[in-house]
Amino acid sequence: MTDTQLDLWEVFIQSKSGLPYIHAGSVHASDMKMALQNARDTYTRRGEGTSIWLLPSKHIVASNPDDKEMLFDPSNDKIYRHPTFYVMPEGATHI
Amino acid sequence: MTTKEALYNYSLRMGDNALILGHRLSEWCSKAPIIEEDLALTNVALDMIGRAQAFLKYSAILKNEGQTEDDLAYCRSEKEYHNHLITEQPNGDFAHTIARQLYISIFEYHFFSHLEQSADVEFAAIAAKAVKEVKYHREHAIDWTIRLGDGTAESHKRMQAAINDLWMWTGELFEMDEVDTILLKDGISVDLAPIRDLWKKELDKVLLEAMLVFPEAEYMQSGSRKGIHTENMGHILSEMQYLQRAYPDAKW
Repeated sequence: MTDTQLDLWEVFIQSKSGLPYIHAGSVHASDMKMALQNARDTYTRRGEGTSIWLLPSKHIVASNPDDKEMLFDPSNDKIYRHPTFYVMPEGATHI
Repeated sequence: MTTKEALYNYSLRMGDNALILGHRLSEWCSKAPIIEEDLALTNVALDMIGRAQAFLKYSAILKNEGQTEDDLAYCRSEKEYHNHLITEQPNGDFAHTIARQLYISIFEYHFFSHLEQSADVEFAAIAAKAVKEVKYHREHAIDWTIRLGDGTAESHKRMQAAINDLWMWTGELFEMDEVDTILLKDGISVDLAPIRDLWKKELDKVLLEAMLVFPEAEYMQSGSRKGIHTENMGHILSEMQYLQRAYPDAKW
């Protein structure tokens, strides 16, 4: 089916300064300005964000679901990769 | 007319402008060309309803007859409304809605930027909030005007037609009567002559960029200051006030 609703953009919202941008969803738009306005109207109406990033969806490089085992399974059984033996300093947040 | 009566009228007008335009924009809900635009227009509508509530609440306080903002919004008859006639014009096609937004939001941006300095603290506070919102409405309208005007042959034709059709309702935005002049002396109201110059200058720039022709017609419609409306107003009220008329004081 052909998508007649303009180009697709991925929307990333930062809820507070210092926090990472989190993928919120996507919007349709024909240009950068429209994308920004549409993202603002679609995803930040209830005070969700303080900053927005946008990316044309076609520029996203994604892994193939078929490669899931090859890519991700090998990390499952290597507990020594996890820094679980460190004590987190008090007051350190968002790490 | 006393200053207090003028204050009431001034506040009521601004409330009515926001209420009726908000209602018109809400009619786009679920009908816009794409869902993103549906949200954009209804977001603007919600900003308008919020502003209407603020001004009508203040009007009710000024009148001091025990009314609420809801009474003013839902229990007046047509002639008691004083919204600019342009706000009640039908949505038309998308270009007409954008043209209406363009004319109004450029006007409101300059108007509220000045009302922010009003000697009346309530007006100044509502204006300060409105400026932030209308800055976005204006950008949204300008961007679409340029996109459609400088777009395809079809979108250009429709945008120019909309700009021409709505032109005769813009003169009213800058009309001043007794209410304006009484309050102007005390630094409460906004002098609309310089606003008109700012509006024209900005509009000229936008239309040029959008490859659209600035309308030349000189005849302007008028009436809202006297409570005279177009035939659209009765239809708006019959829908907007339906619930209140059918079930007075309904609560849920």
